[in-house]
Amino acid sequence: MITEAIIRPEPICGMETWFPIPAEILETRKENMNTYTYKIRLVDATLRKQYRWAPGQFNMLYVPGIGEAAISISSDSEDPEILEHTIRIVGSVTRAIENMGPGSIIGLRGPFGRGWPLDKIEGRDVVLVAGGIGLAPLRPMVYWLLKHRERYGRVILLFGCRSPDDQLFIDELEQWTQERKIDCLVTVDNATPGWVGPVGVVTDLLQRIRLNADNSTIMVCGPRMLNRAAAWSFLKLHIPEEQVYVSLERNMNCGFGRCGHCQYGSQFVCKDGPVFCFNEIADIFGKEEI
Amino acid sequence: MAEDKIKLAVYKFSSCDGCQLSLLNLEDELLDLVGAVEIAYFLEARRQVLDPPYDVGLVEGSVSTPEEAERIIQVRKDCKTLISIGACATSGGIQALRNWADAELYKQTVYAHPEYIDSLDTATPIGAHVFVDYELRGCPVNQYQLLELISALLTGRRPNIPTHSLCVDCKRRGYACVAVSKKQPCLGPITQAGCNALCPKFSRACYGCFGPMEQPNIHSLGKMFAEKQDCKPHQMKHLLRSYNGYLEPFKQASEYYEQIEQE
Amino acid sequence: MTKITIDHNTKAILDKKDFARLIKILQEQGYTVIGPHIVDDVVSLRPIDSVKDLPIGYEDEQEKGEYSVKKVDCQSYFQYVVGQDNPRRYFMPPSQRLMSFHVDKKQFVIDQGPPQAPKLAFLGLRACDLASIQIQDRVVGYGVESTFRCESDTYYGETRRQSILIAVNCTRPGNTCFCSSMNTGPKAKENFDIALTELRQSFIVEVGSEKGKKLAQKLPLKEASESDLELAELKLQNAAKHMGRQMETEQVRKLLNNTIEDSHWDKVADKCLSCGNCTMVCPTCFCCTVTDSTDITGTKISRTKEWESCFTHQFSYASGGPQRNTIKGRYRQWMRHKLCTWWDQFGSSGCVGCGRCITWCPVGIDITEEVETLRQSNKSLLNSNNLQEVTT
Repeated sequence: MITEAIIRPEPICGMETWFPIPAEILETRKENMNTYTYKIRLVDATLRKQYRWAPGQFNMLYVPGIGEAAISISSDSEDPEILEHTIRIVGSVTRAIENMGPGSIIGLRGPFGRGWPLDKIEGRDVVLVAGGIGLAPLRPMVYWLLKHRERYGRVILLFGCRSPDDQLFIDELEQWTQERKIDCLVTVDNATPGWVGPVGVVTDLLQRIRLNADNSTIMVCGPRMLNRAAAWSFLKLHIPEEQVYVSLERNMNCGFGRCGHCQYGSQFVCKDGPVFCFNEIADIFGKEEI
Repeated sequence: MAEDKIKLAVYKFSSCDGCQLSLLNLEDELLDLVGAVEIAYFLEARRQVLDPPYDVGLVEGSVSTPEEAERIIQVRKDCKTLISIGACATSGGIQALRNWADAELYKQTVYAHPEYIDSLDTATPIGAHVFVDYELRGCPVNQYQLLELISALLTGRRPNIPTHSLCVDCKRRGYACVAVSKKQPCLGPITQAGCNALCPKFSRACYGCFGPMEQPNIHSLGKMFAEKQDCKPHQMKHLLRSYNGYLEPFKQASEYYEQIEQE
Repeated sequence: MTKITIDHNTKAILDKKDFARLIKILQEQGYTVIGPHIVDDVVSLRPIDSVKDLPIGYEDEQEKGEYSVKKVDCQSYFQYVVGQDNPRRYFMPPSQRLMSFHVDKKQFVIDQGPPQAPKLAFLGLRACDLASIQIQDRVVGYGVESTFRCESDTYYGETRRQSILIAVNCTRPGNTCFCSSMNTGPKAKENFDIALTELRQSFIVEVGSEKGKKLAQKLPLKEASESDLELAELKLQNAAKHMGRQMETEQVRKLLNNTIEDSHWDKVADKCLSCGNCTMVCPTCFCCTVTDSTDITGTKISRTKEWESCFTHQFSYASGGPQRNTIKGRYRQWMRHKLCTWWDQFGSSGCVGCGRCITWCPVGIDITEEVETLRQSNKSLLNSNNLQEVTT
């Protein structure tokens, strides 16, 4: 039974709404040129035991004195004591995290948001579409589907990135491909010598798979342009709107719908999303400056 | 361990010294600052000069003499991070008004011995000559923004220097709006915040000493001044051409008003 | 003086000569009284010490982008409407240090905790202000079971619990007011502890809550005569008919949901300064930003919450730049949020019709006019039924 508590666990933060709780970096792993995965653990043992999260949710990671950034959780949601965050270094907060090593203390508030529709995919085929760093919030979904493999139909992972060097979780991608429990296809925009896989954008991969339009659920996470292209491509293939899910990125400050920054039409991306069913945002999806 | 400390240099170009004074005016925080950084070059505060390179260089003033145009190149080479502080350094300052005038004629008119004067025809911001890492606006700069910038630099934080309008700050502080309630030609709605709304606090219109905000709609404000306050194009031009007149888009807008003034 | 029984919904008379007592009693009970007070020729909401601080005898004139006050007599207390201040200044202060702390080994050690909530008595709030407080309650989850523990705003909740709201019914609406269109005024209907209606020599006092009842019992009240009550009612009816502005709210959500790409937004953007004044004076705007600051040594850290405006670049800044990079996008967001998407988020309009955004817009953009222009150019859209239907 997939309950509300599994889909949307209680967030944890300090005595005040905006006060992060300390967590320790246990391990860091370089994924590619500017992306790292950080393994962290809450310092407080009681809170660590209480902490639960669901695939697609995010934490506000905090560097004391620098600030916060919304980062999705990329590890296995059924092992909630150790959290992994896969971070691309783009701003001052992520740059500060880059300079931290094992033993360093960061802050955390979360988990926030509504993740992937775990409760709506029983018995269905699941197609995961990721672009670049967008694979991070889908990785927990892969773990979930692999762990409960018998409950679902076909599982297809389509992953696109700029070049072979920009891939994330390379060892796992290889492992998933070889185990053949899921169909895993990786494409690159620019091939480098030695690359034998497909070249092109991730939506091109749709030609290589056969979809059962009546029984598939699509989960998309990537840059804005990819989200649009992918969502529209699947709709063209007669996947109904209510079976297409997109994870969006917005400026976030609070994480619980209070600060207003992440508004997208009627939605607070931090609270009502970041994962949206296409039919919830169909009338504004693709419109500029919403 | 002085050798571990950040080495700070403060330079002066064509300016009034007011921005450097803001640094010295910090008083309460100055001791902390001196504790955190090594003042390596700051002629107004300290006679001792350490050799370059410096970690952070603060530059006050505009480039308005041939000597300064050369010196700024060397300053850039000496500093890892270069920050221009104040209206002169970021826009050319009040002396940039000469860029629209005949400097030679002024020289001949004002000075008894113009042959001693060795200046360029223009006064230009530091950024027009060398790459600048940060710019801190204001005439003079706000001392707390300066402190924030240095603190942020030391901790690796993105400095909290807003680029929105002055109005946001002014309203947060609860000052009565001088544009609406006093019909004064307040430049607040197109001017970058940072001064703590100093003028509106004393019921005076903002005259834009922090320069243009992000995407200012100068045309709309000018239209309102013309309609409600009978502000003529030449008055609008003068409003824009003060401390940051040579900074886009104030510059372009002032040239537009100059053009319609002559028509 | 005959002692009268005070109960919920009691209407009684308070003589103007006894009005000072009200403030005294509040002060004795430990309240800081916040009331209208003229600051730099603008009626503001500020702490006051006595009735003398009220703008006695003043009237205001408001137009789009214009505001002035003038003294007209020496006996009326509330012959003006709202100024640029609004009550959220006190419930969610414009700039507030949330906490300061330092990192010690593996802990964040608090040096200074969250600010203490004040005990405030608001005197002279208008019906639109009361409505705005109700809207803010819904935004921060005050008085409703919050979904999650960490979502409730402690400071807001505490201030709200401790405060007492004394409203004044508007008998002379302003020129930019349109509360009757938004169904929030000019008469205070709910969410007040006490509501006053000003007559020539006295106030009609209406009790709206238990807290209000306790306060009213301490006042030298007299029985209100039929004619007093009738006069007050007439004044309020008259006020409702003489609003300076009107906004047609029928189908406004449908209108705004279907005109996202209308060319009219470009015209508003030509005028809009994107200065953020409307968001700062709006009593229902709630956006904020929390930022970190440190001392120069980087060890003492504090987190500060400030009012934010959706008209700034920073507001929607994500990797790659602001989501709303044009003034058009930002104005449209603000207006659609107030009148349209607010319904989906909080079950009501985000506009209470106070007219502050009209008066305090330096270039006088008038939200009622903009809605009307959009409506006129999209009449056919509202008549057709095959478009996305949203009932208001």
